Amino acid sequence: MKVAIFITCLVDQFFPNVGISMVRLLHRQGIHVDFPTNQTCCGQPAFNSGYTEEARRVARTLLDAFEDADYVVSPSGSCVGMIHQYYPYLFQDDPENLKRVENLIDKTYEFSQFLVNVLKVSDLDATFPHRVTYHPSCHGSRLLGIKQEPLQLLKQIKGIHLIPLPGQEDCCGFGGTFSVKMSGLSSAMVKSKCDHILETHAEVLVGTDMGCLMNIEGNLRQRETSIRVLHLAELLFEGVNAHVT
Amino acid sequence: MHMLLNTDQSLTQRSEHALKDSFLRQAVQFTTERLREKKEESTNALGDWELWRERGRQIRAHTIQYLDYYLDQFATNVEQAGGQVYFAKDGVEAAKIALEIAKEKRAKKVVKSKSMVTEEVEINTVFEKEGIACVETDLGEYIVQLAKQTPSHIIIPAIHQTREQIAQLFSAEQGKAVSTDTKALTAFARQKLREAFAQAEIGMTGCNFAIAESGSVVLFSNEGNIRMVTTLPKTQIVMMGMERMVPTWEDLEVMANLLPRSATGQKLTAYMSILTGPKRSDEKDGPEELHIIIVDNGRSKQLGDPKFQAILHCIRCGACLNVCPVYRQIGGHAYGSVYPGPIGAVLSPLLNPEDEQVQELADASSLCGACYDACPVQIPLHDMLVYLRERRVKTQGGIEKVAFRGYSAIFRHQATFQWMMKTLRHVQKWSVKDGSRWSSFLSRLPIVQGWVRSRRLPYSTQRSFREQWKMLQKELEEGVDNQ
Ligand code: SF4
Repeated sequence: MKVAIFITCLVDQFFPNVGISMVRLLHRQGIHVDFPTNQTCCGQPAFNSGYTEEARRVARTLLDAFEDADYVVSPSGSCVGMIHQYYPYLFQDDPENLKRVENLIDKTYEFSQFLVNVLKVSDLDATFPHRVTYHPSCHGSRLLGIKQEPLQLLKQIKGIHLIPLPGQEDCCGFGGTFSVKMSGLSSAMVKSKCDHILETHAEVLVGTDMGCLMNIEGNLRQRETSIRVLHLAELLFEGVNAHVT
Repeated sequence: MHMLLNTDQSLTQRSEHALKDSFLRQAVQFTTERLREKKEESTNALGDWELWRERGRQIRAHTIQYLDYYLDQFATNVEQAGGQVYFAKDGVEAAKIALEIAKEKRAKKVVKSKSMVTEEVEINTVFEKEGIACVETDLGEYIVQLAKQTPSHIIIPAIHQTREQIAQLFSAEQGKAVSTDTKALTAFARQKLREAFAQAEIGMTGCNFAIAESGSVVLFSNEGNIRMVTTLPKTQIVMMGMERMVPTWEDLEVMANLLPRSATGQKLTAYMSILTGPKRSDEKDGPEELHIIIVDNGRSKQLGDPKFQAILHCIRCGACLNVCPVYRQIGGHAYGSVYPGPIGAVLSPLLNPEDEQVQELADASSLCGACYDACPVQIPLHDMLVYLRERRVKTQGGIEKVAFRGYSAIFRHQATFQWMMKTLRHVQKWSVKDGSRWSSFLSRLPIVQGWVRSRRLPYSTQRSFREQWKMLQKELEEGVDNQ
């Protein structure tokens, strides 16, 4: 099975470890992983601010990059959600590209979705003896309906102590440009989120979207707390490795 | 009709102001949390909630699709039952019609039940200018009226007020201390309102649902005040948005399940009043005249617009407010419009397209989609917010447009993208030391300023994924997955 990864601009530039962990995990599942380098970004920053034409131009890079892939897997529910929910709108007046969009949608999955629903992974043989709380990101859970998959993957880890996050479905306040445009509101939201995280006394916060995790970690660091913030792929990879060594 | 109530401040200023009001934020968070929990309990108890939502959406979509037909059927049936129907193209006209009726009756006092459309047309102000007193009889509305405020929630108008604040208001009205005890508060309001009911010449209500097949107006309430408003005064005025229609009684049954559960987590509303025409000759009570004013005020502009027509599906339950992380932080007044929360952030710009300032409400969202999830008729508010932004930036220039043009030019080719990112990483290296310090030049950028209010800047010392890919690929191919 050939999988092309859609790394997302944020992971590519700021959180390469998330991508590397994801690639290694997929490789261990016997998958041939490819990374088409002509991809850049899904276009969401422009789209969410109302700049449709600007978003469309950037979105085309993904149509080109993944033309020949069997599957496309990404470490972001938000960026995959962008493709699934809004690419048909972006290309509605462009029948040729619209076909390519449909094709891309059919084969594009968020990382946890792909592991659970396509690869049917039930046990990664991972160990992670820590107190962990999980923040379900809004776009992944609401736009894509990823609700159970990350939890299923977390629950099969040996030694993990999962603590439910109060008000987990509340947005962390990131929202891309919202975080700087409406910074007061965004700040209030991320503070509420982090209050809840600290209430759990977890050692690790795990999530499936680096936009949200970057936002949350920014506030946690400002409070000088030591709680670790990990993407699900990083946590799983660390867990698998702990077992090997 | 201008619906913006606080035009001397921007959305950002209003929300910054609200964020400093800890009383308000506590009151709003406490109540919305309770409403949200109760909603969840009651929808779980009902079961198949998603099917109910889908049924609700279908009914609303069908009704709005054929709105002209159902409005016509409704009007014919109202008139057959002896009522009178008026169509008002905007708020000014709606208020004028109501005022003429009141003047003809030489009315001095109007008792009102809670109605958002009357807030929209600012009927109280219009009446009061003519020396006609309007008394709000819903407890929350009554509080808001005494405080000379406007509702800050479409279901719980005084959600922003604490019990202590309410007792103070009542004490001032009474001229002696009223205790904070719920019984004392309601007893006070009841006594005041009874007097008003007995004196008023006109009763005025909104309308939750209008049933086309019988020409009936259906009103939900929990306090019983609507019973009094619709039976005691001799003349009855109903003011309703043109989208309040449902075709049949069967459809009402679905709505009667969706609305109270979504609004307050109740299985059923405590009172349901149904008005079909005025009092008949063999009936003992009810108004002698029934006037129904159907208000457009910007609604019909949405008909036929594939992006926005569904906003007319709204049944004004307020569920989207209770789950909205923005509303929960700042309450309703910071929106500066009659309709707050996610529904307001979409509806107010749509009803007032020529008002530039109200258009900024589309920014009052992180696009988390909680509103859509909560909506009993599945209105995609989060998508509409994006479409509103799209519409707005088409006619606007400014630095943001330049920035996104730049983004698009750079991100559309991987070569320029990579070059840009490398440059940024260099900038980052000398400016953001371990995420805690940044150069004074950078800290003056609004983007950085906004971010560091509550967060450290992200910082990465690693090479990008794309720079590491070749090595990683080689390593995997050679089977030395040694990590
Ligand atoms: S948009 Fe939906 S959730 Fe919000 S008030 Fe209207 S019906 Fe209720």
